[in-house]
Amino acid sequence: MGLSAVTVLGIDRPGVISEVSGAIAEQGANIQDSTMTLLGDYVVMTLLVSGTLAAEKLRDHCPDLVITTVEMDGLRDPAPSPRAWFRPFARTSPGEADDGVGFVLSVHGADRPGIISAVSGVLACERGTITGMNSRLSGDLYVLIADVRIPGDVDVAALMRRLAAVGAGLGAEITFRPAVPELL
Amino acid sequence: MTPSRAPMTAPTAPAGTAREVLDAPHTLLTTMAAPVDPADPRVVEAAADLLATLRRADDRLGVSAPQIGLGWRLLAIDVSSHPRTRSCAGELVLVNPRLTQAARWETAREGCLSVPGLVGEVRRATRITVTGQRPGDGESLTFHTDAFEARCLQHQLDHLDGVLFLDRMPTARAVHRARHPQSPLRHHV
Repeated sequence: MGLSAVTVLGIDRPGVISEVSGAIAEQGANIQDSTMTLLGDYVVMTLLVSGTLAAEKLRDHCPDLVITTVEMDGLRDPAPSPRAWFRPFARTSPGEADDGVGFVLSVHGADRPGIISAVSGVLACERGTITGMNSRLSGDLYVLIADVRIPGDVDVAALMRRLAAVGAGLGAEITFRPAVPELL
Repeated sequence: MTPSRAPMTAPTAPAGTAREVLDAPHTLLTTMAAPVDPADPRVVEAAADLLATLRRADDRLGVSAPQIGLGWRLLAIDVSSHPRTRSCAGELVLVNPRLTQAARWETAREGCLSVPGLVGEVRRATRITVTGQRPGDGESLTFHTDAFEARCLQHQLDHLDGVLFLDRMPTARAVHRARHPQSPLRHHV
């Protein structure tokens, strides 16, 4: 059974989710994972769908939405091909490797180009991984919140100093706090 | 709320002038505010201005001195109109307030007058004790409260430390657009 990634973009209006999910169900496919958000006045959805899916049928069902599909099985093929722009990353089992420590990064300040690049660059230098990210622009205020995992051997105090220095250079406030543990 | 508390606004408080509320980004909103003398006439005037600013619109539940352009430790709240309110002191103005006890933490959404258009999920104590001084006579006050009044007070206390609710987001998905004007979230703490 195939696995497809479906992206949906369009002007936000009532019924978008209902129509897209209905069109997928009509084809007998199943939504495994999905995420939806509003960026400005636009709805953005990404769905991981199992089963046979005809992109044209989806587009016919929702003509005002921009819908693309990608077959994920093809992306897993390690053989070089014109479509192999996606390089599968090595997955590790829980406990197999340093899973790192979770932090939440908050950045807010006047909007300007290069904020994400500068901040993520500092994290990357310390082998940090951004596992979730959300940015919003509200008036002149730019806000970036990111879930970050840092290897356990990283000097967090030094990292925070580097982030603070980057924030000062950008004219932005940066907060970097341990994430609240999720396991009960 | 302490039943035998002193009045939270001085009986001879002057009428204030509503001031414009600063929007982020602004340096005053990310700077620690300074303690002040509650008997200083300028502080008494600022307290009256805070109240006037608070009363300017029905959806305003709290405002701090930095939000009206003053780097002083002074705040005003009135959560009597909010549906999530339990204990309620009505209009409350505190000089040099300090959080002395906090318990029973819960996560809930809140917005901010200085961050229009966004709301976030913030973990705060639902039972707190706050001490402070009354503007004018400087009488020491101890204030126990809970639920939404506790959340509002902690939000304003954060302003006095140069902290916005955006600095307390628990995850990347905790910040949202405030899109529904009829929602209780339109109230700004």
